[in-house]
Amino acid sequence: MSRTAELLRARSTMVWMALVVATLWSFWLGTDHGIASAEARSIIIFLVAFLKIRFIGLDFMELREAPTQLRVTFEGFCMLACVVLIGFYLAY
Amino acid sequence: MSHAVKDDPMSDIAEVRPLRIPGELGLWALILSDSVVFTLFFAAYLFDRGRHPKLFAEGQHTLEQTYGIINTLLLLTSSFLVVTGVRAVRQRWTTVAPWLFVGAIACGVGFGGVKFLEYGEKLSHGIGPGTNSFYTHYFTMTGLHFFHVLVGLVLLVLMARLSHRAVLSTKQLNFIEGCGCFWHMVDFLWIIIFPLLYLIR
Repeated sequence: MSRTAELLRARSTMVWMALVVATLWSFWLGTDHGIASAEARSIIIFLVAFLKIRFIGLDFMELREAPTQLRVTFEGFCMLACVVLIGFYLAY
Repeated sequence: MSHAVKDDPMSDIAEVRPLRIPGELGLWALILSDSVVFTLFFAAYLFDRGRHPKLFAEGQHTLEQTYGIINTLLLLTSSFLVVTGVRAVRQRWTTVAPWLFVGAIACGVGFGGVKFLEYGEKLSHGIGPGTNSFYTHYFTMTGLHFFHVLVGLVLLVLMARLSHRAVLSTKQLNFIEGCGCFWHMVDFLWIIIFPLLYLIR
């Protein structure tokens, strides 16, 4: 296998492709397509965004290989921020 | 170059790593505190948006969504180039690693170019941070983020320069990893800013 192929044969490459697809899908939803309810679309967009951040943390920032406390702090923060922002979106 | 890698026993050790903190702990304190600060900005935006729905909807309509998506894809791709660059550094591939960081710099500069166009259009229409509460949020959030992009670009230049070297100390490797994590933070903050300002209705 060539060295370039070896360099690119990583989980992070797949994650990048998935993140691009997720971004395009969110954009499609966000430009008023797919689901009739604007509220439902917005909530899905928030959830997709935080899911993307989680994978950036785990696979780009390499938290998958980090000590559990750090990984849990990061994932906990993502979940909390997601809940808070969706909460603010719905409440105000 | 390839024989140097095979001769280097460290290249195997670097690929099979035990649980460890990427970069260093201090950097993670910065990443988490920055993320908390930005989350407060995001919550404040949603709060004000709820109080002035019409004003914020009108403001959002003046934003060019195409700029937002281009910038999201540029940052995602730059992050991917950084991850791959860090892998190349660990594999001691000194001819390729710097170019991956240069590619990431190019994406970051592209992001800056799009921001320049976007701000330029707003300012030429007489719209600034003081126009109304929507634009105050818009300029504060994107401006503070852009400041992080500029810091990140300086770090990427340092990474590109270091990654030329055939031998790196553990400290230098940690520095490269840490700078990479900072750049990923720049990426993920934009991943919230983009839908928040441009997409959610």
